[in-house]
Amino acid sequence: MANAYRYIGKATPRKDATEIVTGGAKYLNDIKLPNMIYGKVLRSPHPHALIKRVDKSKAERLNGVEAILTWEDVPDWRGGTPRCTRVLDHKVRYVGDAVALVAATREEIATEALHLINVEYELLPAVFDMEEALKPVAPQLYDEFPGNVVTPGVPFFGPKSLREVVMGDMEKGFAEADVITEGTFGYENIPNPIPAEPPGAIALWEEPNKVTLWVSNQASYMDKVTLFHAMGRKVEVRTIGGPCGGSFGSKFMSWQVQCYAALLSKATGKPVKLIFTKEEHMAAFTLRPASRMKARVGMKKDGTVTAVSGKWLIDTGYYSMTTQSQVAVGCGEVQIMVRCANWDLKSVIVCTNRNASGIVRGFGGQELKCTLIPLLSLAMEKLDIDPFQFLKKNYVKPGDGYFWRDGIWYTYRGVDYTKAMEEGAERFGWKEKWMGWLKPTAVDGTQRRGIGVGVHGNADVGEDASEAYVRLHPDGTAMLYSCVTEHGTGQPSNFVKMVAEVLQIPMERISLTPSDSMINPYEFGPAGSRGTYAIGSAVITAAEDAKKNLFEIIAPLLEAKPSDLDTVDGFIFVKSHPEKKLPWKAMGVNRTCLGYGRFEPDYTLSNCMMTFVEVEVDTETGNVTLLRVVNATDVGQIIDPHGLEGQLNGCLGSAGIDSALFEEMILDRCTGHMLNANLIDYKWRTFSQLPVIDNVALETPFASHRFHAVGVGEMTTSPGPSAVLMAVSNAVGTWLHEYPVTPERVLKALGKVAKGGAA
Amino acid sequence: MTVAILRWRDERRDMAVKTVKKTSKKAVEKRRICFTVNGQPYELEEGSGAHQVDPAHTLAHTLRETLGLTGTKVSCDHGACGACTVLMDEKAVLSCTILTVECDGKGIITIEGLGDPRARKLDPLQQAFIDHTAFQCGFCTPGIIMSTKALLHENPSPTEEEVKEALSGHFCRCISHYQVIKAVMAASKGVR
Repeated sequence: MANAYRYIGKATPRKDATEIVTGGAKYLNDIKLPNMIYGKVLRSPHPHALIKRVDKSKAERLNGVEAILTWEDVPDWRGGTPRCTRVLDHKVRYVGDAVALVAATREEIATEALHLINVEYELLPAVFDMEEALKPVAPQLYDEFPGNVVTPGVPFFGPKSLREVVMGDMEKGFAEADVITEGTFGYENIPNPIPAEPPGAIALWEEPNKVTLWVSNQASYMDKVTLFHAMGRKVEVRTIGGPCGGSFGSKFMSWQVQCYAALLSKATGKPVKLIFTKEEHMAAFTLRPASRMKARVGMKKDGTVTAVSGKWLIDTGYYSMTTQSQVAVGCGEVQIMVRCANWDLKSVIVCTNRNASGIVRGFGGQELKCTLIPLLSLAMEKLDIDPFQFLKKNYVKPGDGYFWRDGIWYTYRGVDYTKAMEEGAERFGWKEKWMGWLKPTAVDGTQRRGIGVGVHGNADVGEDASEAYVRLHPDGTAMLYSCVTEHGTGQPSNFVKMVAEVLQIPMERISLTPSDSMINPYEFGPAGSRGTYAIGSAVITAAEDAKKNLFEIIAPLLEAKPSDLDTVDGFIFVKSHPEKKLPWKAMGVNRTCLGYGRFEPDYTLSNCMMTFVEVEVDTETGNVTLLRVVNATDVGQIIDPHGLEGQLNGCLGSAGIDSALFEEMILDRCTGHMLNANLIDYKWRTFSQLPVIDNVALETPFASHRFHAVGVGEMTTSPGPSAVLMAVSNAVGTWLHEYPVTPERVLKALGKVAKGGAA
Repeated sequence: MTVAILRWRDERRDMAVKTVKKTSKKAVEKRRICFTVNGQPYELEEGSGAHQVDPAHTLAHTLRETLGLTGTKVSCDHGACGACTVLMDEKAVLSCTILTVECDGKGIITIEGLGDPRARKLDPLQQAFIDHTAFQCGFCTPGIIMSTKALLHENPSPTEEEVKEALSGHFCRCISHYQVIKAVMAASKGVR
């Protein structure tokens, strides 16, 4: 859609583009500080054990070793929700749990020292399944969590933080239903987001209680906040973010590696760099939460959902930092997807002896929907309801409401997504391809095609607070103070673009401060697609405020009122007499002009993504090929078309659509070892396996900020996985309910291999 | 498979260590490794000092840690993801699976060596990546650009399928593949 903007909506080069293509971008591991030494982590080979004794004498004698720390040497720093997980503990709770930290002058020496540390363990029984973990006889991971049930609720979300969806009259709801279906469904393959850049940190401790951390995170200001609490609220923390080589949510919580580096720096007085190996990244960093739900739904012939009841179990691994938050947001998102008057959906978060689950794009909602949509599909099949029509009908409409993460009811005031969904369906050819439930779209010998559809959206587009400053300079340039890091979304450049549009100066004239918590105001960071609306609003307000302050300085010089003025290309002029103008320099060469902006959380808008997929199943080999994807959304106003395209194409990777096709961590449920913690055995999509992707992005203005946009990047991974399950089921003519749809599962569903047998 | 690759690298590492031990007995003078990086000749001494080459060092390590050329990224360090790709005698190689002691006499080009850095002039391929925003987080970008460079050297007008095949060893988690293909096709048209 053509617009009157000078920069908004136009394809502009990313501010950091030259650095990226020349190798000049300094990611965390590219930073070297004088006297820097290197940290390594000794990790447990056992899933559950007490540490009886650690002999570090041999390792300490190794030339170049500067410090070795065990749980006995470190302060009682704790993370988790609630804060029960010690940074180093006398107990290990998964294969990979940290036992000791080593710092040495060279990385190789630190690695060698790990082999010289002798640890005596007392082995404890371990548990790897959530229902097993809930049994009274199960091994207990924490004294604080009896029955391995993690305390529900998120203090940060307030006293009523959402942990369930309960409303209406269940009896009445089920009585009204024409069909009731029930069953247990899972999304338990714990796919791994695996950004290319491994997690890490560089720390420099200054006595008595100051620490500076160089971090790789999408939200570097929040590291300061998280660490302040983890470090017992006694340490002054400064965090400096830089280019982040991918996060997909995961690096939002990097408190452990950051604490390791800080402890080693505290012990040695030197800057310490600690970067995880890819194996550590994959087996000892965060995964998607695993989801299993026993549920029951009631549906009318016209596709109205009359009741949803269920018990949602979430496996968070050995501890939870954010799983309660994911449950809260997931419970909110499910109401956005399915309008229903009667709910009784309860959640239980369980800890087991594997590495922790944490933040990944889709944040709770993807996990919940991947288990709920297959159940809804069973009801749709019985009533012969087209899933596209069903999802379109039941998605939140203006005037509908939902309980959001804080337990408060909000009325949706955004756009109606019907049009975007219909355009997506048309682009995909849904009407022509839909043959009915469990019916293939086309059959050619052993090749059978099938289609599926899913939908997702969240009201986190306006979550949490943001602050920004914009500083104007007499030379006609400006500086944006916002604690954001570039983690792939292009949002820092988009914020500069918004400032450029407000101030009407080229983007090249606007610089962005380093994401240093010491110089920037509060910023929750780009997460939950909040960048465009939430951060954007703070940035826009700051630019408008700076402009207003500038006009107040200049107005007397132009003998006009501030409201009579405007500015373009560094000149301020009287709107009615454009020839009456002055350069910004007229503010005085000995000053700057500052504006401040703040965004207050707003949960009354939601984004939406509907994803259509077409697959081809080879009934002889069981192989599933993803042929085509159409993503349909309405973003209000495109800020940067290239950036948006990249984010929408991102639906495949980072534990997204491919988590239904082949992505999974393989946990040995006897030993607790992750069997594929490397990039060869963990399957990922290559350049030669790309499906065709079409993205439909409408621009119906939202009542968000002056550019009427909302973000969509975070949740593009979410509608796809259940759509793939649906498509494969339709292709082969029988239900598949397990993720991912491996050849073995397909052949099993076709009755071509015995249950439990290999293909 | 990973295990096999690592064992293969480690065996070569052990062999390299043995060779050094033998050599050091015979000659007092330490072995030197001579190669060029981005046209600049380097002569590095074997040893374990800060500016020396340990027999266990990979080329990626030497480039990044010894020569300070951090444009080459290390992601998996297993030869599985392509992030560390550089050109060796005009062929794309994984610098995390090559030992520096094996690079004697070789010509290496890294991402820093494309275009004309002194004149601040970008290679047309780099410009095409900018024009198409053919990256998101950018961590895998230097490796992808170097593989593409090798492809275009061998085949200046590749088809889309040939581009996909040539880049199939590159792990890009943000999914910038589609924009990369557009950029490469545009750059190769420029070559034509």
